[in-house]
Amino acid sequence: MALLERESPVGKRVSLFVTCIVDMIYPQTGMSAVDILEHIGVDVDFPMAQTCCGQPAFNSGYRDEARTVAVHFFKAFKDAEVIVTPSGSCATMVRHEYPHLFKPEDGELYEQARRMAAITWEFSEFLVDGLGIVDLQLQLPEKESFAMHDACHGLRGLGLGRASRELIANLGNAELVELKECEVCCGFGGLFSVKMADISNAMLKNKVDNINASAADTIVTGDVSCLTQMNGGLSRNKSRKRVVHLAEVLAKGLDGGRA
Amino acid sequence: MTMAVESNNFIALADVALHNDDLQHAVGEGTRAAYYKRLDTMFAHSNEHGEFMRQQAAEAKRRALRRLPDLLEKAERNLKKNGFQVEWAVDAAGANQLVLDIARRHGVETVTKSKSMLSEELGTNHAMEAAGLRVVETDLGEYIIQLANETPSHIVGPVMHKTKAEIRDVFVDELGMEPTDDAEEMVAFARRMLREDFLGADMGISGGNFLIAETGSIGLVMNEGNGRMCTSLPRVHVALVGIEKLVDTVEDYATLTQVLPSSSTGQKLTVYTNIINGPRRDDEDDGPEHAYVILVDNGRSDIYATKYAEVLSCIRCGACQNACPVYRTMGGHAYGWVYGGPIGAVLTPLFVGLENATPLPHASSLCGSCKQVCPVDIDLPRMLLDLRWDLVQAGESKAGWDMAMKMWSIGMTSPTRFNLGGVAARAGQHVMGEYMPGVLGNWTKHRDFPEFASKPFRQLWKERKRGRA
Repeated sequence: MALLERESPVGKRVSLFVTCIVDMIYPQTGMSAVDILEHIGVDVDFPMAQTCCGQPAFNSGYRDEARTVAVHFFKAFKDAEVIVTPSGSCATMVRHEYPHLFKPEDGELYEQARRMAAITWEFSEFLVDGLGIVDLQLQLPEKESFAMHDACHGLRGLGLGRASRELIANLGNAELVELKECEVCCGFGGLFSVKMADISNAMLKNKVDNINASAADTIVTGDVSCLTQMNGGLSRNKSRKRVVHLAEVLAKGLDGGRA
Repeated sequence: MTMAVESNNFIALADVALHNDDLQHAVGEGTRAAYYKRLDTMFAHSNEHGEFMRQQAAEAKRRALRRLPDLLEKAERNLKKNGFQVEWAVDAAGANQLVLDIARRHGVETVTKSKSMLSEELGTNHAMEAAGLRVVETDLGEYIIQLANETPSHIVGPVMHKTKAEIRDVFVDELGMEPTDDAEEMVAFARRMLREDFLGADMGISGGNFLIAETGSIGLVMNEGNGRMCTSLPRVHVALVGIEKLVDTVEDYATLTQVLPSSSTGQKLTVYTNIINGPRRDDEDDGPEHAYVILVDNGRSDIYATKYAEVLSCIRCGACQNACPVYRTMGGHAYGWVYGGPIGAVLTPLFVGLENATPLPHASSLCGSCKQVCPVDIDLPRMLLDLRWDLVQAGESKAGWDMAMKMWSIGMTSPTRFNLGGVAARAGQHVMGEYMPGVLGNWTKHRDFPEFASKPFRQLWKERKRGRA
């Protein structure tokens, strides 16, 4: 919500909302995000009660169920000063949809929805726009070329895109190259990927072709859900290329030493 | 007879398109070409300027919609001052009857038509042909569509789903053209055929991109000269105009008449940008003797009364179709009614009833491109989300999903249950192997699924904390 005042997160404790998919399938992405945040001196905690933001239900039209899960989110993050999440999609849910999911007549819940929206940041956005850090002073162990895939919610929901490119551009030994149609959806779309699987796959095929044609060794993105779709297609099509979450790419620099 | 609604067959119709290589190629190229031309034109000065134009255009349409009833009366008064005869139609049958009455009154036998999506909604061609009139579509794309006995698949490029070779075959089969692969020769052939129709027509039918209330004018934006031929050569001109086409002032029209071609074909202005101010005056040499405007509701005021009223701002530019990755894979016919793409996924359920178009709100990955390119800033993704909510509330969602979502929300309100769910998923994956059951099998049909982590993040986090303590 552009209208909501956003306080500077500088110097505040960060509560990591790791997201349900990262928790269960990509814990390394979550650990990488923690490593990077701690590397720049941020105090990170992980509220253990957290589960999911409710987006699968919300996007399917199940608003009652989405509200139920959102209310649980409020409880899990009630003590948070700042929430950071390694997902543009889940950040969009909290930032844009929570304030719609609750109405002023919901009273306290409405206030909590607005508060959660105001203190939630996507990972790259938090670093670059929140803290003003574009150079993490990190270097990869060896040279590697990357191209960005702009996940839809981060790009069009939150207006991101520049932040992650700047972080990569300032990473030692990393080269940033083009990915054709980097702003076009990979076809995931949550339950769209199973409800309309053949259409989703046609969109994925286009993405896989563009990734294969890219000069990049590795495609970088900010959402593990889109990453799951793209890697699922790349693997099924016997491509050697892979999509990696931004946090993991940056964290590889921690092993390579500081630049 | 209005156009049949096939929208509940969306999945099957999409499947046909997904297996048509020619269509895939034609739509993929056509949409992308228009998408990139739009970017070049809309943001030729600067990003700020392009965005400013969008906001101005959005405001112009919102302003008009807010005052719709008053402005319609104002428009009617000023249209009449200009010599237009103004008729009102509540629905398709009423609109078509008015067209037939006008044709009969003036002894019309042949009708030339310029492009009008509203007439597709109304099924006006069928109604006229059933009444014995000869109807010729004169927009090149619509001409091909009419010859092939199809419907337009794209708002601006009705024949976008066809390759050049397929178009050649239509001309050869239907009109006996000498076979050629030269596009210019094909166009020249069509022009020769159409010229005779233009000269012989008794009545011309056009749509109306804009209805300017303060001047009582019809704004027509065309890419071909056919529009002027239809509105000026025949004795009678009839403009079919949806009541949402209204703008208040000439300034608002000036804004919109720039964003429309920029958004649809990537032109700053089309060569054929017309403002029509009624029939031929006594001191004028050409123009129709009689000019009619039929203001058509056909469901619009019903939409006006809902939370979806903003969608009536649509100026039918087709930019959302060009930008939509779903539309790009299969074109517009799969949507099963007049309008395809994101705007069709929203308009169709609103026009024909949600129960007759249940798959359409789900025919989107919610990527947001449609909103991003919309010249009047319609929040189509939000409307799709709202329609999905309407589907659930109306009990139109599949019972299996009702149960699954209920169970899921219970699982997600407790970290313990969440964790158990993860354990179960890992175990399930271990047993099932590579291919997943039920609806999840739709995933593994096309793509591999990653392994669930042996230790979830929350466990790694605990171990890390313990290690530091």
